[in-house]
Amino acid sequence: MKRNSLHRLLSTCAAMLWASFATAEVTLNIGYLAVEQPRAAVLSNLDPIPDDDGLAGARTALQDNLVTGRFLGHGYEMTEAVVPEGDDPLATAKALLAATRFLVVDAPAEVLVQIADLPEAQGAMIFNTSSGDVALRDNACRANLFHTSPSDAMRTDALAQVLVQKRWTDLVMIAGTRPQDQAYASALRHSLTKFGLRLSAEKEWAFDADMRRSAAQEIPLFTQELGDYDALIVADELHDFGRYVLYNTWQARPVVGSEGLSAVGWSPVIEQWGAAQLQSRFEEMHGREMTSQDYAAWAALRTLGEAVTRTNASDPQTLRSYILSDEFELAGFKGRPLTFRDWNGQMRQPIAIAHPRALVAQAPLEGFLHQNNELDSLGLDRPESKCEAFE
Amino acid sequence: MIRVATACLMFAQPVLADEIWVTNEKDNTVSVISTETLEVVQTYETGERPRGITFSRDFSRAYICASDSNAVQVMDPATGKILHDLPSGADPEQFVLHPDDRHLYIANEDDAITTVVDTETRKVVAQIDVGIEPEGMAVSPDGRIAITTSETTNMAHWIDTETQQLFANTLVDSRPRHAEFVKDGAELWVSSEIGGTITVFDTETQAEKAKFGFEVQGVHPDRVQPVGFEFAEGDTHAFVALGPSNHVAVVNADTYEVEDYILVGRRVWHMAFNRDRTQLFTTNGVSGDVTVIDVAARKAVKSIKVGRFPWGAAFRPTE
Repeated sequence: MKRNSLHRLLSTCAAMLWASFATAEVTLNIGYLAVEQPRAAVLSNLDPIPDDDGLAGARTALQDNLVTGRFLGHGYEMTEAVVPEGDDPLATAKALLAATRFLVVDAPAEVLVQIADLPEAQGAMIFNTSSGDVALRDNACRANLFHTSPSDAMRTDALAQVLVQKRWTDLVMIAGTRPQDQAYASALRHSLTKFGLRLSAEKEWAFDADMRRSAAQEIPLFTQELGDYDALIVADELHDFGRYVLYNTWQARPVVGSEGLSAVGWSPVIEQWGAAQLQSRFEEMHGREMTSQDYAAWAALRTLGEAVTRTNASDPQTLRSYILSDEFELAGFKGRPLTFRDWNGQMRQPIAIAHPRALVAQAPLEGFLHQNNELDSLGLDRPESKCEAFE
Repeated sequence: MIRVATACLMFAQPVLADEIWVTNEKDNTVSVISTETLEVVQTYETGERPRGITFSRDFSRAYICASDSNAVQVMDPATGKILHDLPSGADPEQFVLHPDDRHLYIANEDDAITTVVDTETRKVVAQIDVGIEPEGMAVSPDGRIAITTSETTNMAHWIDTETQQLFANTLVDSRPRHAEFVKDGAELWVSSEIGGTITVFDTETQAEKAKFGFEVQGVHPDRVQPVGFEFAEGDTHAFVALGPSNHVAVVNADTYEVEDYILVGRRVWHMAFNRDRTQLFTTNGVSGDVTVIDVAARKAVKSIKVGRFPWGAAFRPTE
């Protein structure tokens, strides 16, 4: 029997947690929608994938908003909905949109666009917290679709800045065959061109069951053909084979990209700029480390909370125009105010370049200048983006 | 030769010069700097992650927020010995000593609480719910109002010290870090690190009276981040630490105009004056040093290497 996706529509988190304070004069209801995806098989099962990836960040931000709201008579509610694999996400999105004009969504790019195009979604604000798809910030943009998740281009631009700064200019790449790997590889090629770098060799990791040795044993020979280079870029966004590339390459060279030195929206190793406080608050609440997706969801809810705090309003028109204005700024534990690009709805943010044990750099790196905002040296700048929905 | 002679003299009479005490957040120590020789004369061990530091009125006790030890430590400044810990609530970051010389108002960063501790009975007197990540602490000169600023809620919370209840909450720009009452308590100043501004409130009405920002040539406005500030003699000028812009601003406290910018060490956060306020000592976290500013000349005159990530600073006279 096909399950009705709505039966997993969970209503939670009363706004009146702080009943001792003034009753809420302004209440914002936010819908959190997670669309479950089939998980691709990967070579290692070492990484735990939390069931509440993203959602946990949203819950932390909801708590932050509630504490602030109680001093101002502002209330917040979050309705959570999970769409199981195979169910229709649009039905659940419609149900949520009947109750709220604010959706925070964890879904692939094509689903995000379908939700944004629903008649029920017109005039609403939808936050993409999971997809780095560059087209969503480009010609596939939507006026009601905002992005707290960095685009793939922002991450690959950040990585390219580090490569330039370290003068690792002779580069090679191994890319996986899955669409996410290919999208990342494509963003990366674009970034290398943008920052005057080039690939001297490229290989595809397309091994199937014919591979008669473990990946670790296969890598030295596989990388021997790449010749010499400064750094090896791995495009393996699903973390399938990349972990076996490190320390197994023919040449003793650093590995960057999806593995090794990675450009990410958030990482548990960020502790500067007060981040240690957010990390410990998150870990205490959820018993695990905060991921990039958790951070994007946190930033989406905090963006709405900040806008309500400053405008004393809860209608999407007021909040949307405030969030896109110069007045808006969010303190997001990355050392700079976070703001939104008014040409495509992307949240400007520094990008961490980290390995699993420490932060190595934070882009934009010193010396990468921009006429308006150095953060716009990452991702699609105003003249580059073909988005017209925000005009 | 002269230096050797000075060193010997210091060794013989170590207590004559006044001192600046600096907490080293990532070394679990305090560095004691002589205001005379401008050198570190002592390093004392503390609990984990020392940040806020202040002294009792007669300077016989040093209070140190040992954040990761979840305690306020009480140190004998003459010996550097930890006498006892005070119950502080979790993760104390900053605090302020009430003019009664007895009650500490402590910001508990992880718990969204301000804790009031009686330093004599060593008991918690009150805990007050405030916004997320409380940090900046101030108390009015008459002792009637205590302030907590909350970094994520972006407010100054006004506490009536008689009832230990909030009586006002005022919004400021993003990430308020530090608060001070000035002009005999007539004004409250609050710095906003990410907002890049200082907001001035009229204490009587809690209304915003002024707000001003900073512009450091060659530094993007996003990186000009006001944190700690201190006032010159007579509250005529404020010296404002501007974080990663590596400058201290000199602000006319009457017109709220910035008159000067002084280049100091990297990521400057807090500061303390010497006895007659002719020298200002700033803590520079990233460069791990303290810059000494000649206040009259408005110039940096020396940098003194201390421990890793110096955070708080406090003045202690020794005679």
